[in-house]
Amino acid sequence: MEDEQSFSDICGGRLALQRRFYSPSCLEFCLSCPRITLRSLTAVTCSVWLAAYGLFTLCENSMILSAAIFITLLGLLGYLHFVKIDHETLLIIDSLGIQMTSSYASGKESTTFIEMGQVNDVVINEAIYMQKVIYYLCILLKDPMEPHGISQVVPLFQSAKPRLDCLIEVYRSCQDILAHQKATSTSP
Amino acid sequence: MGLVFRGAAEAGLGAASAADRPGPPDAVPNPTPTPPAEGADPGSSRGPGMVLKAFFPTCCASADSGLLVGRWVPEQSSAVVLAVVHFPFIPVQVKELLAQVQQASQVGVTVLGTWCHRRQELEESLGHFLEGLGAIFSHKPWFQLCRERGSKSWSCKATHWRGPASPAASGEDQVMLIFYDQRKVLLSQLHPPMALPDRQAGDTTASAGGLAAVFDTVARSEALFQSDRFNEGPVRLSHWQSEGMEASILVELAKWAAGPVCLFLACLLSLISAASSCRVFKLWPLSFIWSKLSTCEQLRHRLEQLTLIFSTRKAKNPAQLMRKDLIGQLADALIPVADHVAEELQHLLQWLMGAPAGLKMNRALDQVLGRFFLYHIHLWISYIHLMSPFIERILWHVGLSACLGLTVALSILSDIIALLTFHIYCFYVYGARLYCLKIHGLSSLWRLFRGKKWNVLRQRVDSCSYDLDQLFIGTLLFTILVFLLPTTALYYLVFTLLRLLVVAVQGLIHLLVDLINSLPLYSLGLRLCRPYRLAAGVKFRVLEHETGRPLRLLMQINPLPYSRVVHTYRLPTCGCHPKHSWGSLCRKLFFGELIYPWRQRGNKQD
Repeated sequence: MEDEQSFSDICGGRLALQRRFYSPSCLEFCLSCPRITLRSLTAVTCSVWLAAYGLFTLCENSMILSAAIFITLLGLLGYLHFVKIDHETLLIIDSLGIQMTSSYASGKESTTFIEMGQVNDVVINEAIYMQKVIYYLCILLKDPMEPHGISQVVPLFQSAKPRLDCLIEVYRSCQDILAHQKATSTSP
Repeated sequence: MGLVFRGAAEAGLGAASAADRPGPPDAVPNPTPTPPAEGADPGSSRGPGMVLKAFFPTCCASADSGLLVGRWVPEQSSAVVLAVVHFPFIPVQVKELLAQVQQASQVGVTVLGTWCHRRQELEESLGHFLEGLGAIFSHKPWFQLCRERGSKSWSCKATHWRGPASPAASGEDQVMLIFYDQRKVLLSQLHPPMALPDRQAGDTTASAGGLAAVFDTVARSEALFQSDRFNEGPVRLSHWQSEGMEASILVELAKWAAGPVCLFLACLLSLISAASSCRVFKLWPLSFIWSKLSTCEQLRHRLEQLTLIFSTRKAKNPAQLMRKDLIGQLADALIPVADHVAEELQHLLQWLMGAPAGLKMNRALDQVLGRFFLYHIHLWISYIHLMSPFIERILWHVGLSACLGLTVALSILSDIIALLTFHIYCFYVYGARLYCLKIHGLSSLWRLFRGKKWNVLRQRVDSCSYDLDQLFIGTLLFTILVFLLPTTALYYLVFTLLRLLVVAVQGLIHLLVDLINSLPLYSLGLRLCRPYRLAAGVKFRVLEHETGRPLRLLMQINPLPYSRVVHTYRLPTCGCHPKHSWGSLCRKLFFGELIYPWRQRGNKQD
């Protein structure tokens, strides 16, 4: 069962939240970030080439122009492979754990899995980000030393940065599953 | 007397529906005459709707029907299936095999349930028969996995016998199927997450999660994987070895040949190390030279590594740098470079002998020192020109040892730099000694000036009454030394800076050598070619899902990132770090004490 909704991120870009319901104990959220636009790409390329041309008129060395082309190409490839995230996925499986996947624009995927035994809770937190105060969803991990302490905070959807309405949707579903998991867990 | 069950895999199966919807526990019709009078389920009070996890190996997904054998982990409510036992079997022999495996591997391997891989035709008898097996191998919960041949629809049921209190009622739980690649999980090593900086290392072991238990179970059950369904034994098993054992002719031949070759090379190396540790090399002049040359240190390190190499699997870094024409070019380049350096030094000394930076030097002392150093440079240049015909041959022989690795070549480079700048080192020592003497004389005479004296016995400054002539001569000497201080200090400063520059270059080379030495090439190669061996964790993928069927997940291994591989498996370095802090270094420079930038490992003398 799938449904898709449209939200916006903290800068006003458009995000798409896809929710897949596999079973009462397994849920997946997929948040797609805004794509790279032709305008920004053109702007960066033109500025790099203008700078290179300016250097060329100073130095009269044509290697600068070829170097600028290479730099642009390599920079674009590197940006797509290492920096630009296409979509982020959150998979919650009752009694197994929570998995976060970031898919880059070049297709590379980076996955982290947290076992349910380490998860204390999933909360919405506030943070100061540059000049703004934003909300973000995070997973609180248990501290092995103290039974009720928190050892680490793992933020979710760091590249997409959705607003509060989207976070509330995800938060509600996560809490349903976590509550069910706590009710049926056997460990004291 | 055991009952022999006919192989019923070829026949179809009864119309057992694949219902596993959660709901109130149904009373399953009990075909066998008497259910076993088992005690109540120890220690688990679960309510209805509890999700059980079944870890199923992908290699058994196409196996014929049989019994599921594995381990039940009650804390995680998960069952790890290790193998499938095929029909026909004798229950007693199965139990014996499992007891053997349990003893050998300390893993609680039991029969977990039944596995049914059926065709489209359905038969009643197999259904009853499989349920009857639950009476013989009692296990709570009893799993019944079922798959239709040629399609992707699976079904699983997990039933509990509630015990003598309510023999007819049994609960059904929801089961989640997680597929895993048995060979990869067997070979992989799970790395715990990095401990936070403010925690000690021991804390992370407290939370050994459920997945670590799965990896542990599979890794320790090697005894179970030794016999196969194609072996002639009483029990026929299906597991990852049934897919075909990994083999390659070249690998097998290399394994056979490795034994004698390693033995031979180990003998050779022990001979070499015995020869190098004989008493001749421990005599004073030779041992002093060996300890000062970084090449010898590196060779010793390399020898240690080579002796290790044939007992463990660790990769070497061969890089043959030197070729004949390269040697010639290098040798041809060395002499002009040395000449150039000497010429620059001569210019520097001429500048010092004049009025350097507008400062006025004491002419007599200036001339003496300048001529002294110029004569040294002249000697050095003559020596270099004398050696120049032989340089090429020496370099070629020395370059042969570079086939032991890039690090040896870098160490040779560092030693060549040290030898070429030997005159700078000598000048630094002369300048430092002169300056040191001057400073000591000045401080002692300054104390005399104030009427104090250094008490050697008590290691402190005491007042002392001097005679008049002592005071007179002392003051005179003090004045002379003070006015000669700028000249000496300037020479000292210039040569110390040159020496520090050479030391910095050598230090950089040593840093690079350390970096190459400590790089774990084998681990990096393993991460590149067999990424499943080094696991940072797992990742799950949800497979095709139909409503009413159990949830199926695929568990794959998430490999360790390269930065963590280098961090975790970093080899121990030579440990040639400078022992001074910045403060003590500045203090030594100010007082003119000689600085030795690094100590070689194992050099006990000061």
